[in-house]
This record gives sequence, C-alpha cells and structure tokens, in this order.
Amino acid sequence: MISRVFMACRGLVAGLLVLALTIPAGAAPSGTPIRIGGTLALTGPLAPTALLHKIAGEVYIDELNKANGLLGRPVEWVLLDDQSKPDLTRSLYEKLLTVDKVDLIIGPYATSGILAAMSVAQRYNKVYIHHSFGMPHLAKYEMHFPTAAFGPEPNVTLPTTVFNALATTATPPKTVAIVTSKFPSAQFQSAGAKEVAEKRGLKVVLYLEYEAGNRDWGALAARVKDAKPDFLWVGALGLDGNQMLEAMKKLDYTPPRHFHLFPAPGPMVVAPDGNLALSSTVFEEHAPFLNNPGAARLVPLFRERATKANVPYPHVDTQVAGSFAAWQVLEAAVTATKSLDDKTLGQWIRANRVPTIIGTLRFDGPNNYGDDLFKVKQVQDGKWVVVWPKEFAAPGARLLPP
Amino acid sequence: MPSLTLLGQALVSGVLAGGIYGLLALGLSLSWGLLRLVNLAHFALALLGAYLTYQLGTTFHVSPWLAALAIVPVFFLLGCGLHAVFAYFRVTEFTSLLVTFGLTVILESVIQWFWTADYRRYETPYATASLRVGPLFIPTLEMLACLTAAALAFATWGWLRFTYVGKALRASAEDPAIAAAFGVNHRRQAYLLSGVSAAYAGVAGAFIALISTLAPSQIWTWVGVVFAVVIIGGLANPIGALLAGFLIGVSESLTMAVVTPAWAPLVSFSVLIVLLIVRPGRV
Repeated sequence: MISRVFMACRGLVAGLLVLALTIPAGAAPSGTPIRIGGTLALTGPLAPTALLHKIAGEVYIDELNKANGLLGRPVEWVLLDDQSKPDLTRSLYEKLLTVDKVDLIIGPYATSGILAAMSVAQRYNKVYIHHSFGMPHLAKYEMHFPTAAFGPEPNVTLPTTVFNALATTATPPKTVAIVTSKFPSAQFQSAGAKEVAEKRGLKVVLYLEYEAGNRDWGALAARVKDAKPDFLWVGALGLDGNQMLEAMKKLDYTPPRHFHLFPAPGPMVVAPDGNLALSSTVFEEHAPFLNNPGAARLVPLFRERATKANVPYPHVDTQVAGSFAAWQVLEAAVTATKSLDDKTLGQWIRANRVPTIIGTLRFDGPNNYGDDLFKVKQVQDGKWVVVWPKEFAAPGARLLPP
Repeated sequence: MPSLTLLGQALVSGVLAGGIYGLLALGLSLSWGLLRLVNLAHFALALLGAYLTYQLGTTFHVSPWLAALAIVPVFFLLGCGLHAVFAYFRVTEFTSLLVTFGLTVILESVIQWFWTADYRRYETPYATASLRVGPLFIPTLEMLACLTAAALAFATWGWLRFTYVGKALRASAEDPAIAAAFGVNHRRQAYLLSGVSAAYAGVAGAFIALISTLAPSQIWTWVGVVFAVVIIGGLANPIGALLAGFLIGVSESLTMAVVTPAWAPLVSFSVLIVLLIVRPGRV
C-alpha cells in the first residue's frame, strides 16, 4: 500500500516537473498592455524588405509575451502601414503619439522614413530606436538609437572593410566601377566608396548614379562592360544587383568581382551569376554569429514564421537581425530601468552596452553611433558566408577569388 | 567620348526597352482612344499576368509561352467583365481615372496577399540568352517582346483599318450617334475591344515575368512612361504607340550611355513636352 502511494506521488511529482519545464519561465504577463507604436512599409517599393522586419517584430513580441512581457505587462505592437512614403510616415508617428497614445515607439524601415519620423520623436521627446538608417551624419536627435551598426562614418568604414578584404586576395583589383542607386543611403555609401578607392590608389574608371525604379539595365550594363573594371561596386537595393548581373550576362560579360550594397539576399544566392558575389552583413546563420545573444532562440522561430508567410528566403541576415537587435535594446532598457519614461530609458541606453544578436552595441559615439559591425560576405556554393574579417568567417570559409 | 560599340549597344537596348513600352501602351491606347476610358488598371492587369506566368512556371512547370496562351483568353474575359462594370456604372472618361485607380490599388493588394510583398524572379535557362551581331548583343527575350509588340501593333492597325468591326469602333469613337444610325452596335464592340486590351495586358505580363523583377509595387513603375508613350503615339494609334515606345526607349538609353543614367527618367516627359510645344494639336 505504502509503495503504491509512493509510486503515485512519484508520478505526480514527475508530471508536475514535466509541466513546469514545458511552460515558459516566468509568470504570464498581466495588466494593461504596454503599447509600442511604429510603422513599416507594408506596401510600396520598400515592402519586400519591410515584410522581414514585420515578421521579426511579431516573433519578438510573441516571445516577449510568452515570457513575462515587459515589466510583467503584455506588449502590444501598434503597427501601421507607411506605404514606403516618408511624408506619410511622419504623419503616422504623429498619430501614434497623439491619437493612439502609445507608450513607446520603434522606428520604421529605411533611411528616409526613419529620418521623417525622427523629427516627430524629437518633438515629443520620445526614445527612438530604429534598425535601418544608413546616413548617420543626418541623425542629430539625442534620443535616437540605431541598431543598423554602421558606425558614425559608414561611407568610410564600410568601403574600407571591403577593400581591405579584396587586398588580401592574390590579385587585388586595380580599377573600380561604381554604379549606384540614388536611394539616399546607397548613394551616400557608394560616393564614400569612390573616395576610399581613390585614396587607396585604385583607379575609379566609372561612377554612375541611377534613379530608384530604373527599368532599362542594358545601357548601364553596356557602360560597365565598356569600362572593363577589375571590381564592380553596385550600390543597389533589392534586386537591382541581380538585374545588373543579368543585363551584363546578356552582353556576354561578367565583372571579375562584384559587391552589392543592400541586395535581396535570396535571389542573389540562387542567381546563376550570383556565385562569388560579395556583400556586407552583420549576421549570418553560422558560427560565430549563432552564439550571439538570442540567436539560437530567434533564428528558428523566424525561419518557421517566414516560411509560413511564403517568404522565398526565410533566413536571418542583416535586416532581420537589425530588427531583432532594436527590440532587444528596447527590452534591455525597460527591464534594467523598470521604467517606461523616455528620458530614463534614453539615459540608460546611452550609458550602457547592450548584447544583441548582432553583437554588443554601444551608443556613446558621434550621433549615438557605436562601432561599425559590418563584415564582408560572399555567395559560396549557394549560400551566403562571412569571409572577412577572418575571426568572423564561417568555419572553413575564406574570400574566394574570381 | 563613348565608343561606337557602347552607342550601338545603347541603341539596341533602347529599341528593345521601347518594344516593352509599346506593348504595354497598346491596350491602354485602344481603350482610351476608342472607348474613352483611361484604364489605369491596365498596368495592374499586366502585373497580374506576370505573376500568373511566374506561378504557372514555378509551381506547375508550365512554359511561359503556354502560360501566355492560357492567360490571354482568361484576360479577354476579364476585360469584358471589367467593361460590364464600367457600363453598368456609366463610367465616363474622367471618372474612369478614379475608378481604375481604385481597381489598381485593389489588384495590388490582391497580388500582395497572394504572393507577399517580397521580390519574385522567374529564373529560366534562356533568361540571359543573346544573339551576337558583330560587336553587339541582342537579348533574346527582349527581342521576342519587341517582335511581339510589333506584330500586335500591325495586326491591330490592320484590324482597325480594314475590318468592319475596326471601322465601326473608329466610327463610334468619332461620333457615336451617327455610327449608331448606321447600325453600329457600339456596346457589343466595346466589350470586344475591352477584352482585346486586357488580353494585350496579359501578353505584356508574360514578358514582364521573364524580363523583370516582380514586386506588387512594380505596377507604378510603368505608369508615367507608358502614359507618355500613349500620348506621343496618339490615342488609338497602335503603330504610333510602338514608334513612340521606340522613341522614348532609345532616348532614355542614349541618355544613360552618353550623359548619366540619373537623367533617363526625365527623358520621356521632356520628349512629351517638346512634342506638345511643337505639335500642340496632337492630343
């Protein structure tokens, strides 16, 4: 009898233990939700990339709410569609703060929208964490905090990293062609690449700017082919780089080396001419990045959600990781200060280093920018791998020459 | 100074881009000129055609040419249906702009709902194929699009000029009352023309799927330049639309090759303004 009671108790304890292990740690959040407002370009030309930020945000909020929320309260993301229009972005942030009366805000996607909403954040003294701003010298607001870890001078540091990487190869380029979209951050960084190249003694044989939404790639391709550069820098967004490569291929020409500033990662990987393409990144799904805080948890969740959402390339890279990092910084600040007061949060963020999925971020440099965390990645065997600096390279990977 | 090869290649590129402009402009020019409907939804239909070609090709491995054959009759019916709506609500030339703008936004949302906002690229083995003529390369797909545009433009011109239906359509556009007095059934022919215009959008869509990147917002990429082509070419003038497409395409391409690509978008409207000044009675 005693033995039977003992067995029953043991079963009960084991059952409770299993139950305790399967539910998330911490009590379920309760009380009035903390409302975090923001916009994303859910429609319009920036929508393909903004979709990734939306999924990243949803994954993060769900994870927060499965745990203890923020300060024990559930979190609600009030997300509006800014239609890729900076003017509308500004109006929507005004609405979020004055009509919806959200507790906190988080930035939209892309430089022009972020800059437009920054003025609203400044007017209402709100902490403004954003994830994709490419022109640090324009961000003057003292409580803006960027997780696009470009550093204060990406027009210098990013091209320097790229040219440093190329210099390690057996045949470093001597001539460079730069073709860039006039999208603000792409143009800014590409103009910087021209200066950096010239300072390093490289000959810039072609520098072209084209309007976003370009339709005819044939003439651009013909000019690049005519210039015969050793290295092509494409200051492109989305699929512009793919279109360039394809147009050049139609002219029976492939540049020996080509770098793409902000490419859509999936299509470049599968493109027939995408092999050995170079780009920059702060995160790829391999060591050592997978050891960063949150990576092991967030990467599979993002993959699952993005696959369900029919996203063709459901992997975490620069854009998604930058988005996760923004939420991580916000969570860290609220948790550490136990406050939703913007001034308190702003002071904490500026004074502290925050471990995130893209590495440890600091915000105490010029215009609240910290270190440039960008690395060089390359398409090898159908996937992106970091190849430079060596300490961040994927296991066994190195920059492959053409 | 650009090399002759570069200039020649830019010329080829411009003519081929102009073919696509002409192909897109064809249906718009017909519905505007003969039905007095400024159909902005034409661009959305073209992109829908592109997405359907992409989907049939990537999911069911249907060749784009077969996909186009399937899409054309479906789009013809869609065009007829669309015209039924316009006729029911008595949509006029001016209100058609607003109504079809709304339709375009709805179609853009439908496309985004089905295919997401993310980029789609229809990779085919012949995507980068070219013919070599001396030092110049002629991309095969763009050339096919251009030839299709030319064939359709000439066929449509012949249809409008030499057949009873074509003459009746032109007569109705000129003076509906007199045309009706001569027994022209404008309503029935309007359905036919609307269907044909939509079918042309489907054909253009198939080529867009093969040549271009797909994203829902791509709808708006073509609007400005194709409107300029339609106006320069003359309403309901298929060959004019084709030639205007070539003019704009070549002007843009040469601007890219000789001056700077950043100025290319200014070209279509600059050409339009110059023509309006030189020939003010054109539109």
